[in-house]
Amino acid sequence: MTTANDIIRAAEAEICRPWLRHVLSPGDWSLLATACVAEGWVLLAHWADTAQAHALFLDPDALTAVPVSTPVEAGRYPALSPSLPTASWYERMIHDLWGHEAAGAADLRPWLDHGRWPQSPPMATRPEARPPGEPPLLSGPERDEAMVLPLGPIAGRLDEAAHLRLTLTGPAILRAEALLGFTHKGTLTLMRGKSPRAAARFAARLSADATVAHSVAFAQATEAAMDVTVPPRAVGLRIVMMEIERIAVHLDNLAEVARLADAPAVRARCGYLREILLRTSEAAFGHRLLMDCVVPGGTATDIAEDGPRVILRTLGEIATEMPAIRRMHDAAALSSRLTGVGRAGRQLAASLGVGGVVGRASGYAFDLRSAFSTGYHDVGARLAVRSEGDAAARQHLRILEIEESLRLVGLALDILPAGPVTVALPQVSGEGIGCAESVRGDVWHWLRLDHGQIAAAFPRDPGWALWPLAERVLAERALAPASPDDIALIRASFALPASGMDL
Amino acid sequence: MGTPQPEPAEPIDRETTESLSARLDAAAQTRLGRSLAILHVNTGSCNGCELELRALSNVLYDLERFGLRFVGSPRHADVLLVTGPLTRNLRGALEQAWDATPEPKWVVAIGDCAVDGGVFKGSYAVLGGTGLCVPVDLTIGGCPPSPARILAGLRTLLEANAK
Ligand code: SF4
Repeated sequence: MTTANDIIRAAEAEICRPWLRHVLSPGDWSLLATACVAEGWVLLAHWADTAQAHALFLDPDALTAVPVSTPVEAGRYPALSPSLPTASWYERMIHDLWGHEAAGAADLRPWLDHGRWPQSPPMATRPEARPPGEPPLLSGPERDEAMVLPLGPIAGRLDEAAHLRLTLTGPAILRAEALLGFTHKGTLTLMRGKSPRAAARFAARLSADATVAHSVAFAQATEAAMDVTVPPRAVGLRIVMMEIERIAVHLDNLAEVARLADAPAVRARCGYLREILLRTSEAAFGHRLLMDCVVPGGTATDIAEDGPRVILRTLGEIATEMPAIRRMHDAAALSSRLTGVGRAGRQLAASLGVGGVVGRASGYAFDLRSAFSTGYHDVGARLAVRSEGDAAARQHLRILEIEESLRLVGLALDILPAGPVTVALPQVSGEGIGCAESVRGDVWHWLRLDHGQIAAAFPRDPGWALWPLAERVLAERALAPASPDDIALIRASFALPASGMDL
Repeated sequence: MGTPQPEPAEPIDRETTESLSARLDAAAQTRLGRSLAILHVNTGSCNGCELELRALSNVLYDLERFGLRFVGSPRHADVLLVTGPLTRNLRGALEQAWDATPEPKWVVAIGDCAVDGGVFKGSYAVLGGTGLCVPVDLTIGGCPPSPARILAGLRTLLEANAK
């Protein structure tokens, strides 16, 4: 039988660093999709440019990323979704942005395009003007007696804007369908034609609670495309910032879940610790959320002179509090509220490519820090995994990960090399991929440079994998049926994003 | 940890208060008194402004001590707190929230994006600031604005309201 690797080895390669990108015939592209299912390869991302459709796979045995492409002929390319259902939202997005049709696709309803843009498709070589149209329709209720419960996009919850529609019979959820795209900002067209330095501001604003991770992945893609190496001090500072971001966002997620689970004491403690950490970030790097602090070529500034001291003091305060926060989660009230809620299984998480806390709480032990990320072998990130897959397991994993990140920041500061924090960027052409483990899971950025300017780019936010898992978990009836009363809690426990995948 | 206490509030900006109170009529003052119900409306944010709005409830800012509270429905809201560049896909949602909010009502645009589109200005998918769709009473710039700055802005509304 032809394996995925056979198909790839037979194809021509284009230079893309650090992984060659293979260009497959439409026939081989479809064959690859089938082989991927048989061999357990994971679809990480799927996007396009004006001439080709691209996909990024993870080969879990070789632990390597595999970018592949196929030409778009007469506006069409073969759909991946018949073999790989997770390709579906990407295919809808590609159709909305570039106008390429995935032939044989499972679903071709609009995704980002709600009929409101003045031109379409916006990323095509020549977009056409068009009158305002109708927003896309979600599928109708399957049965007559079913009731539809629409949630969002404006939920009055200080949350991201997304629409979730539940079909109910009595208290049972028959179906959960997400509609996103509300916060689509046209980010890819804004990045196009800019220098990586200028475009980094958009990478940093894809998703604010992963601003460091997206900035690092984007910077690494640029540096790979240019074939430059950033100074060791910048590598160390990036780790410090990524781990501070992880602690801060985990604290926020702990606090949100606690709020919804009626645990005000946990909420108050976590909220307080997060606040002192954000103030520390501002003192050390100049921004509370560390936005724009990582740039292509290094970091925007060096750490403030007494930065390490103030960081270590705050980390010490957080470390002192963690045992109490853990005890409160173990206490009967909170633990019984969270146990069994929003349970996701390992098989499903792995097949959808869900990493991050949600994947690892379901037993899927994937973390870019252990295999892919620059600099992490120096600090030796230890991976924590749970198998229960419910809201309680996710909270516990967040606590464990905070403790591990506290250690990593301390160590990274301790061994921080001296020297410059940036390297000059040449005005060259090239193609590269970068990645970073955000708090929600793996972030990937691909880009192509033409004489130092961005010709094409695509960022993959973990939301692309998280939402399909959330849809399944919400509509799960056999194992652990979700109650409509738990929706907000499950959303918070998954930390479902919108902006990063809305582009 | 010892119990953290809310921090003393910073003085608020007189000039903004004056300009705002000039716009509030007597009826409004009787109805609102010294408390405001706030509905958050996301019109396309990157979630950064939301993170800082959430921080307002932490014990150090404790916005409820000023009589400010978040509500979940426009029908109970006095103030719409808008974040994000106004995307074309969310314009309708903002209009609906505005229509459903009883008079008198105020609109506060939070963050550079809501002020004028911020870095996303000029995109085919973005109209610009909140003001292109509904009248804005107060803008608080920053990317994102710090909780202290947001709180100071909201307190000018309260002060203006109480006059
Ligand atoms: S102002 Fe900044 S933080 Fe707020 S939504 Fe815009 S980009 Fe995000």
